[in-house]
Amino acid sequence: MQRFLPIVLIALMLALVAVVRPAAAQDLAASLSGLTDADPKPAIAALTQSDDDKAKAALAALAAGNLYIRISDNVVVIGEKDGEMIVVTNAVTGDVEDMLKPEELQAIAVPDDAKSLLGAAATDTQGGPVDFATAIEGLKADSFADKAKAIAALTALGDARAVPAFQALAAGRLFTRKSDGALVIGAASGNDVALSNAATGEPLGIVAPNEIDPLFVNNNLRNVLREAVGRLGLGSSDAAVRRSAAAALLENPAPEAVALLREAYEKEQNAGVKSVMALSIAATELSDPDKSKRILAIQTLSGAAELRVRSLLQARLSQETDTEVKAALVKAFDRMQTKITLYSYAENFVQGISLGSVLLLAAVGLAITFGVMGVINMAHGEMIMLGAYSAYVTQEIFRALLPPSWIGAYLLAALPVAFLVAAIVGVAIERGIIRFLYGRPLETMLATWGVSLCLQQAVRSIFGATNKEVANPGWMTGAIEVAGGLAVTWNRVYIIIFCFAVLGLIALILKRTSFGLHMRAVTQNRQMAAVMGIPTARVDAMTFALGSGIAGMAGVALSQIGNVSPNLGTIYIVDSFLVVVFGGVGSLMGTLVGALTLGVVNKILEPVAGAVLGKVVVLVCIILFIQKRPRGLFAAKGRSADA
Amino acid sequence: MLDQLQTLARPKPLLDRRGWAVFLAIGFVLIVVVPLLNLLPGRGSMMQVPDYLIPLLGKYACYAILALALDLVWGYAGILSLGHGAFFALGGYAMGMYLMRQIGTRGVYGNPVLPDFMVFLNWKELPWYWMGFDSFPFAMLMVLLAPGLLALVLGWFAFRSRVTGVYISIVTQAMTFALLLAFFRNDMGFGGNNGLTDFKDILGFPIQAPSTRIGLYVVSVIVLGLCFLLCRFVVQSKLGRVLLAVRDAESRVRFLGYSPTAAKLFAFVLSALLAGIAGALYVPQVGIINPSEFSPANSIEIAIWVAVGGRGTLYGAILGGVVINLVKTWLTGAAPELWLFVLGGLFIASTLLFPKGIVGLLGQWKAWRAEKQAYALNEKTPLKEKGAE
Repeated sequence: MQRFLPIVLIALMLALVAVVRPAAAQDLAASLSGLTDADPKPAIAALTQSDDDKAKAALAALAAGNLYIRISDNVVVIGEKDGEMIVVTNAVTGDVEDMLKPEELQAIAVPDDAKSLLGAAATDTQGGPVDFATAIEGLKADSFADKAKAIAALTALGDARAVPAFQALAAGRLFTRKSDGALVIGAASGNDVALSNAATGEPLGIVAPNEIDPLFVNNNLRNVLREAVGRLGLGSSDAAVRRSAAAALLENPAPEAVALLREAYEKEQNAGVKSVMALSIAATELSDPDKSKRILAIQTLSGAAELRVRSLLQARLSQETDTEVKAALVKAFDRMQTKITLYSYAENFVQGISLGSVLLLAAVGLAITFGVMGVINMAHGEMIMLGAYSAYVTQEIFRALLPPSWIGAYLLAALPVAFLVAAIVGVAIERGIIRFLYGRPLETMLATWGVSLCLQQAVRSIFGATNKEVANPGWMTGAIEVAGGLAVTWNRVYIIIFCFAVLGLIALILKRTSFGLHMRAVTQNRQMAAVMGIPTARVDAMTFALGSGIAGMAGVALSQIGNVSPNLGTIYIVDSFLVVVFGGVGSLMGTLVGALTLGVVNKILEPVAGAVLGKVVVLVCIILFIQKRPRGLFAAKGRSADA
Repeated sequence: MLDQLQTLARPKPLLDRRGWAVFLAIGFVLIVVVPLLNLLPGRGSMMQVPDYLIPLLGKYACYAILALALDLVWGYAGILSLGHGAFFALGGYAMGMYLMRQIGTRGVYGNPVLPDFMVFLNWKELPWYWMGFDSFPFAMLMVLLAPGLLALVLGWFAFRSRVTGVYISIVTQAMTFALLLAFFRNDMGFGGNNGLTDFKDILGFPIQAPSTRIGLYVVSVIVLGLCFLLCRFVVQSKLGRVLLAVRDAESRVRFLGYSPTAAKLFAFVLSALLAGIAGALYVPQVGIINPSEFSPANSIEIAIWVAVGGRGTLYGAILGGVVINLVKTWLTGAAPELWLFVLGGLFIASTLLFPKGIVGLLGQWKAWRAEKQAYALNEKTPLKEKGAE
């Protein structure tokens, strides 16, 4: 018997808990259903006195008009709007149960005399001041209402340390760690997640995604978060944080924050941040009762050509009653419209240039090899793909062997690695296959197509068919704002710079080195060059290495703007062919002009005709263009042209 | 010399005596013996040709027609078209549209006029380009007209401005790529991504019935035979010799007063027509046509059938089309990850090691043996000087 005592005790305790808990729950259920009585005051009083958190939550919901009866089974539930639907939490158990349409619920209304009681109860439930560390733990709460409370508490503390956690929560990057329940912020790092402490920001290492639980938010909460971030961030010492805070307030103008904004505006030194703050102040003043203030605000806002400002004005236009203000709104609206259209063209143009520069990198190697050897290398796209996988492998090696602070440098290491890998494979193809096929361009095309199939399948067998993610290093993320509303992401900028650097380097090699001289000689007249003692076979191999290596580097660049997959190369190969055909074979200038033209035309046509139709139009145009100039835009002239 | 010229001027016979014998024998086996072996022996008997094999063989016949079409332009006129899949698919779509209209009220939505996908997209009436496809003769006309016109326009533009060699390959590849993108669009009215499928019957015969399948198979084989004879007729004629000359030295042909443009255009359009017919026969046998048929990879695969079989022989192309697809059917079932390696390896091997294809292997082997014998006869003299090859 002695031996069984602990077990019996545990069993007894379990039984006790089982008996007591339903009792409490029944109590709660009784008071809750009492809320629907003709006189809900006793029920409210009972709930106010209860220590149960759920009772408090129910009261808060009642005060906010969020307490409902589910029509299907008459159960009292707390509803939280999420878009058109309402997320339903059982008021008794606190479990999220369902997502319902508004007509499936009946709101519990409270008579006026009971409301005062409720107000007292609601203020009661809001606890006194708490410290930051405890307050932030509140974000772990399951229900949206509790999360909102925690957010309110943190905002009330006015501690800017909460900003990263808020931003992470809104973006779905706030997690609890399964091992110890700690609140952590996750950042994607390849296929894993890099964690940092939500309160202190200290890094906690990298874990697999299945070791953490995400915290969910609904749209309502997202708005609350954005506003909270705005309020907290205004006092930050970091200009970027202040700026994003002001921008957040611009999107969700909060009249109660206007004093805070004004104060921050007076203190602000940074001109860029100051202008955003001015916009945010104007946005809050849009709904000012004073007419002249409203018109002034509209004038301030009309200077910014941003979609979010436009939507603000639009929203105001539908509410505005005063004709004078309305006229000002319409005027401002028109002014912005032209500016926004202009900006969207500029944005398409920049995107086109960046697409064009990627095409340039992809096509320039093709153009060189075709120019020198008269050979179309169908496996060129796979060189791009190999380069991208080299970047991926380098990243993984850096991650495995070096401390996390070094990760950002992997990209620099990946460039030579990719160049070498692709160049070696390229030389192997040239020495092993292509040199036996000189003078038979069609067969070369088929043989290299075979190589491309094999390479694709090999990569698929080694790395798997799924996409691999190559992370942008820190210095490549984010965007620079050229003018209000016109932003260019850093990775695009770097890619454009990189492409032109590579092009310059190739031009230098071609014009200033003896290898370049040999290459040009072989391009112009192979036999004559051979007679003059130029080792044409070696030039061929070197050319192929160079062309393939550049394609490899193009792959690294591509890995920064998209995912890496075994058929990455085939996506770009047709386009690079078109660039070469359009620009003219063996001409750097032609490739440059061809690539940029194609890129820009593609991107400009996209919004007008849709992505697919735009591409078709470009293809048809090129087919027609070849009619006029079968040898491309910058065709080689003279005797060498008729090869 | 004069004798030689006279023999050249005389039209060559379509096939010699042995050729006819082989042609008719193979035709007899495929058209009479195979269907009989499917129908007569009891189910499960050793002798029976299983049911699933009939549409498969029919499919191979369509591929063979396609290979034949490419061999005509590549092997004889020297135009490596990497867009023949587009002509094939256009023919297939024309047939598919006819089959779609035959479904009538038996579709999921039961609309008597609109195909299911149009009802799904909320279209109210049939687009103008679907008009007339309920009539079989009209559909058959379109099977020829759609690829033929495309080839005529593209070929006229390309050959007129003397786009040759790899450029024409890239242009045709771009063409099929453009069509691929276009047909993926739902607004095009060709079923978008899913293409046309769920066919019920053809000319009143239920499409799934074994007897219809045998019928389609027999028709495919007969058409293959006729296409072969037609191509053979073309290449044996004077025009055929002009085509060969264009392939080998286009400028010289031009200087001699011939029009290479016209000759090439004829071959290109004829080839596109054959490809369209192949597509039209293919669709009812596999039961679906979708935009992936336009993919550039498909078109380039046709080139490898021809290369492996043997270019410029016609029967080599047929052989290549059938053999490679047999291997593909078997390998994609047995070891799918190996198939691309094999296909890639075939591309490389057929260009590097046996440029004349399977058909040329025998000749290659004979030449190699003759060389060896000659070498054994006279060990002291190197072969090259004797002009062995």
